Amino acid sequence: MAGHILLIEDEPNIAEAIRFLLGRDGWQVTVLTTGQGAIAEIARLCPQLVILDLMLPVRSGLQILTDIRADPATQDLPVLMLTAKGQERDREAALAAGVSNFMTKPFDNKEMCAAVRTLMGGD
Amino acid sequence: MTFNVLVLACLLYVALLFGLAAWAEGRAAMGGTRILRAPLIYPLSLSIYCTAWTFYGAVGYAARSGLEFVTIYLGPTLVFIGWWVILRKLVRIGRVHRVTSIADLISSRFGKSNLLGVTVTLIAVTASTPYIALQLQSVTQSFAVFVSDTPQGWALPNGGATAAWVAGGLALFTILFGTRNLASNEQHHGIVTAIAFEAVVKLAALLAVGVFVVWGLGGGPSAVANKIANLDLASWRPDASRWTALIFVSAAAIITLPRMFHVMVVENIDSAHLARASWAFPAYLFLMSLFIMPIAVVGMERLPTANPDMLVLTLPLSEGQGALAMLAFLGGFSSATSMVIVETIALATMISNHIIMPAWLRLRPKAAMRSDLRAWVLGARRLSIIAVLGLGLEYFRQSGGSSNLAAMGLIAFVGMAQVLPAVLGGIFWRGATGTGAMLGMLAGIAVWAGLLFLPSFGAAIDPEGMGKDLFGPNWTWPAAFFGTAGMDPLVHAIFWSMLVNITLFILGSLLTFPGPVERVQGAAFVNVFDQDIAADRLGWVQGQAEPEALLAMAQRIIGDDAAISLFEEAARAQGKGGFLPDLTPDFLSSIERRMAGSVGAATAHAMISQLFGRAMVTVEDLMAVAHETVQILEYSTRLESQQAEVTRTARALREANEKLTAISVQKDAFLGQISHELRTPMTSIRAFSEILTEGDLPPEKVAEFGAVIHAEALRLTRLLDDLLDLSVLENGSVQLNIATANLGALIDRALAAASQTRPERSFDIQRTQSQEEIFLRTDEGRLVQVFINLISNARKYCDATSPTLRIAVRQKGAKVLVDFIDNGAGIPKDQQGIIFEKFARLSDTAAVGGAGLGLAICREVMASLGGTISYLPGQKGAAFRVSIPLRIGRAA
Repeated sequence: MAGHILLIEDEPNIAEAIRFLLGRDGWQVTVLTTGQGAIAEIARLCPQLVILDLMLPVRSGLQILTDIRADPATQDLPVLMLTAKGQERDREAALAAGVSNFMTKPFDNKEMCAAVRTLMGGD
Repeated sequence: MTFNVLVLACLLYVALLFGLAAWAEGRAAMGGTRILRAPLIYPLSLSIYCTAWTFYGAVGYAARSGLEFVTIYLGPTLVFIGWWVILRKLVRIGRVHRVTSIADLISSRFGKSNLLGVTVTLIAVTASTPYIALQLQSVTQSFAVFVSDTPQGWALPNGGATAAWVAGGLALFTILFGTRNLASNEQHHGIVTAIAFEAVVKLAALLAVGVFVVWGLGGGPSAVANKIANLDLASWRPDASRWTALIFVSAAAIITLPRMFHVMVVENIDSAHLARASWAFPAYLFLMSLFIMPIAVVGMERLPTANPDMLVLTLPLSEGQGALAMLAFLGGFSSATSMVIVETIALATMISNHIIMPAWLRLRPKAAMRSDLRAWVLGARRLSIIAVLGLGLEYFRQSGGSSNLAAMGLIAFVGMAQVLPAVLGGIFWRGATGTGAMLGMLAGIAVWAGLLFLPSFGAAIDPEGMGKDLFGPNWTWPAAFFGTAGMDPLVHAIFWSMLVNITLFILGSLLTFPGPVERVQGAAFVNVFDQDIAADRLGWVQGQAEPEALLAMAQRIIGDDAAISLFEEAARAQGKGGFLPDLTPDFLSSIERRMAGSVGAATAHAMISQLFGRAMVTVEDLMAVAHETVQILEYSTRLESQQAEVTRTARALREANEKLTAISVQKDAFLGQISHELRTPMTSIRAFSEILTEGDLPPEKVAEFGAVIHAEALRLTRLLDDLLDLSVLENGSVQLNIATANLGALIDRALAAASQTRPERSFDIQRTQSQEEIFLRTDEGRLVQVFINLISNARKYCDATSPTLRIAVRQKGAKVLVDFIDNGAGIPKDQQGIIFEKFARLSDTAAVGGAGLGLAICREVMASLGGTISYLPGQKGAAFRVSIPLRIGRAA
């Protein structure tokens, strides 16, 4: 069975692009458009990877990441952080919070797919 | 008796004086002042008041005017008996302030004014010249009388040559003993000793002649008294105005005559001497005047045609008493020489100190610093002596050798009396000013010159004239001046010169304000005794310095460590251990230099001087100290203000820095926002365009992705437009197109334009068209932009199931209020404050495009239109109020 990925992204067009790319690579992608209820959704879906936008309505990506790492059940869950702000400070904060990988928008499609493959423990 | 014998006697006498003076100088040089401390030296030296005028002229005076000659003795007697009042203070001031002459006294008192010093010097020289001439004349006359053995002595053919020889000899003596050294206190032991000796000679001579006349010729005291009583009483009647005037003038003379001031004040070494002189000097005058009347009466009886001025000499001669005559001659010679010597020294001091030296220092200041000043000062002094004696000689020649000695003496007295108001005012009245003194003296001396001095030239003085006909009948006497015609000419001159002098002095003093130095000097002079008491109480003057005291002072000034190491070094250099070196001059001056670095040179000098009692601190020192203190205060005030300025600048810098930091943080956040807003559409565009370029997509996907790319490109463009717009608005550089517009029409335009936002939703608009019939002067495009923004926001974010927007218009004064109220959830209270900030897109609303710049732009637009935009709370839905001025530019 294909790996399950949870994408939390508030920009519908970006979410659509990522879903298309990853879906084409054979991954199953679920999209959330706000940070609200993200933790509950993770617990329910048990994804192998979370792709997280840094700037999200209600709960920021950084807060969600902190929550993920605080829960023993998900503390080893790979998280790929995306941000459009592109500032070094954000990258450092995300790394400190225990992010697995970090990508700046706009991203290269191939790099995105490669990063996801790596995080999914693939070939 | 031949001329040669006489000259020999004179030379021997002068040699004796030389020896005496040299001996006294020698003793003084060895450190002894015993001679000068001898009880009678001081009163005897004062006897230079009795010049040849007194010695010879008093008898002539008595022969002409009877007892009136006594006035010349009464004035000084009164002054000396009342010495406590004036003389004591004068002598004290002279000692404390190291006064060198009467010109120095006045100059110093009135603020070190050199102009005053020059003026007094010129007055003194002018007034003394006839007086010196008088002495030369009397010596010449007595020579002539002696040699020719006739009473008509002034017929001596080579009288001028004799006078020149006498003047030359006196100049030599004065230069030898008057300028031998340059003591700062101007004291001359040799000369004082010599004139004291001469005082004895002249008194002895006059007494001897008197005794001879009374007992040898007159037949005893009672016979002489009878002769006096039998004289015509009419010519003896004292004239009250003349007596008063003469007593006043002679009293003034004893204070102001340069030579009297010199012996009395400058040569005084002990104020106790003055107390003794207060009775000894009047006693001397009494003895000098004792036999005047008898000599005059007996002389006139025996030699009725002789010059009465020479009776002292001619009486013994005519009686064949050669030795007595020689004694009388030496007495007269003594009177003349002692007067000339001291007068010349006093005048030379004034001339060199107040005229030559200042002029020279001004002309050659650099050379003055280098060369030895002492030699120069002595040279100036010697030159002045020769000049003074030359002047006297010239006056003697020009004036034609008047035989009326008393008249010439009186001219000098009245001239010098012009200085009296400035002297007395100066030492008793603090309000006296230099300007007043100057005006008074100049006016007084001008009156004196016009009424007495100038007329004395050209043989105007009648040799046989009595005192009352002083100026002869042929002289145009300006007695009608001021309506005082008929007044005695001498009294007239004294009265008017002193009246004008004193009046101008007082007026000038009252009308002018003295400078700082003058005020300080005035106080120091008037309160000279108070200062002494204060100084004594503090133990300043006597203070004998201990090294510890100096160390303590130095520690306080240059700091503990520096002072101790300085003292230790000095002690080691002297081969001593410890911290207390001997107080050698070298060490003291090095300490002074060190202290000068801290407190200024004048202060340091004053402090060291005080500690060592080396010298009183003078007023100049104090002024210099005050000046330094003021400079230090100014400097520290300047430092303080600089300090305050630095603090202010630092605070301003810190504030600016904080502001910059805040701005930087804002800019950072703003750049982050911009980046986010630009990258977000760019992400979609890039991702989908990459997907599209890979090809092998179904056509419907291509269309769908192409539409996304297009929408995101539009969004990007809109964002850039908004950013540029906001930038222009925020800079205030926006161009407004002001025109008259109908509000309703503007709302129509806005609604039409905004209908493109979420056109799929049906949106109910509630308006009251009648209220919108308002005409505005504004920029329609900008106002419509605001309206579109608000309507679009409502269309985007109103989450009601049947969304409604109510647009209400109301005119309120010069303003128009337009409210936009929808029926949605509204904006939470905690976010109402930030919605007008840039990128303040509410985070929980669904992304519907827009970067969150709309309301920020609205706020800037309304500000540039002179209106406002605000959120209206409590309206259930989202509610915005736009306030527009009816006419832009008018206060809304």
